[in-house]
Amino acid sequence: MPDDLREGRIVIVGASLAGLRAAETLREEGFTGSLTVIGDEPHPPYDRPPLSKQVLLGRMAADAAALPMRRDPDAEWRLGVRATGLDPVGKQVLLADGESVTYDRLLIATGTRARPWRNADEAALDGVFTLRTRDDAGRLTERLAAGPRRVLVIGGGFTGSEIASACRERGIEVTLAERGPGPLVGALGGTLSMLAAGLQRAHGVDLRCGVTVTALRGNGRFTGADLSDGSRIDADVCVVAMGAVRNTEWLAEAGLAAGPRGVACDAGCRAFNMYGIVTDDVFVAGDAARFPHPLFEYQMLSLEHWGNAVTQAEVAAHNMVSPEPARRPHLAVPVFWSSQFGLNIKSVGVPTFSDQVVIAQGSLDERRLVAVYGYRGRITAAVTVNMAKWLEYYQGLIETAAPFPPGPGAADGRPLVAAFPIPSNVPDPKGLFHGPTVALTGYLPDRRLTVVRPAD
Amino acid sequence: MQIVVDLTRCQGYAQCVFLAPEVFELHGEEALLYNPAVPDDQLDRVRQAAAACPVQAILLGEEVSAGAR
Repeated sequence: MPDDLREGRIVIVGASLAGLRAAETLREEGFTGSLTVIGDEPHPPYDRPPLSKQVLLGRMAADAAALPMRRDPDAEWRLGVRATGLDPVGKQVLLADGESVTYDRLLIATGTRARPWRNADEAALDGVFTLRTRDDAGRLTERLAAGPRRVLVIGGGFTGSEIASACRERGIEVTLAERGPGPLVGALGGTLSMLAAGLQRAHGVDLRCGVTVTALRGNGRFTGADLSDGSRIDADVCVVAMGAVRNTEWLAEAGLAAGPRGVACDAGCRAFNMYGIVTDDVFVAGDAARFPHPLFEYQMLSLEHWGNAVTQAEVAAHNMVSPEPARRPHLAVPVFWSSQFGLNIKSVGVPTFSDQVVIAQGSLDERRLVAVYGYRGRITAAVTVNMAKWLEYYQGLIETAAPFPPGPGAADGRPLVAAFPIPSNVPDPKGLFHGPTVALTGYLPDRRLTVVRPAD
Repeated sequence: MQIVVDLTRCQGYAQCVFLAPEVFELHGEEALLYNPAVPDDQLDRVRQAAAACPVQAILLGEEVSAGAR
């Protein structure tokens, strides 16, 4: 098989954003062979970010979010069938319907699913939801439209906070329970978590931090939950927003470096096998990938970001059909966004890769600011709240390893509003309900040791 | 026709909101909400919005057809 694979068979497992953009890119790169895309959901590729925003607000239907194609990738779409296994020797993807598909090169883009509530009987109560797919969003929206007395959201990450925001905007009472010290703390650290907590309370969210949910109650139908502080929440809808689980179980027998944190790959999106040897016919992109990034000391990153799914899919597709010297690294700086409680929050870099943070522009009071994160004297991330136009500027500082804290004049010419960097207070993700959407899968850089101990 | 806005790139210039207010709206100062399924009578406006976007964040195209196997 030639390296520049103009013919042959490419199979993409995963028919969401990364799978679609990879398929299009393969054709743009001149791939003329056969292309198959396998997806477990019955729907053609659709966009997920609106599901926790426009859809929950009732501004659009859950089934209206189909993704536009850049070009028709002329692929065979095998939708509504799950990939159940991979035979790397026979080069076959095994499907739930008993069939198999042969490949010369394979792209794994299976993404994540919502982490379910730990007790299956409680999770099965009518009124208990997760939010990941358009079907989830449709069912939850229907229930919100019916006017529940109270919604309980478990988990104060981005999804949980956006759900709470949508509920309040619809005039629905909502309680948000988070095991960690505050909402969004896993992704943004302590300072912006304080902003998020204040914002939620100002919008009438009954925010409970530092508590766990010990049981969901109900007899067939969800009626409330018990919290670890002894209190009880009466509610008729519960949304479990406890982060995501990577869809890698189907690779358990495939001999790849695949596990709960994703499929490890090199900067060119080539998957590692279980011995840490890079493969040359299996590639990974999107939320399922775990890849090294030179800006963050080559720590392996797992990102649940829209933009990363697109750029990593493009790099993977390019490399799948390009000879070695023409291959490209995936070096994009992570960017994500969230809108909640009327604010637009955007992040560039990796805020959890930090030991200090400073508010470089704006202020918490104004609810309009840029927080800049540093690690050992260089800038590693920035988060804007309603100041998105500044993001690009700070991205440049991150890419050039500019000194932290940024000097006066580094931004808008004003002296720094809060001149004193303070600890960024990024907690150990083990203590949170919400999984961070930017996961350093090695170690937190301000901890000197990785402590390995059995789970409680 | 469907649209998707690359909100990684969007900086809230809101040109699209002026040009196609039935499809795009600002939620608060700079968070953009939009309807991905573009009604036919809005297509021309959405094309103008896509062309006018200073950061070229709007993609307009057909969805993958459901009949494809």
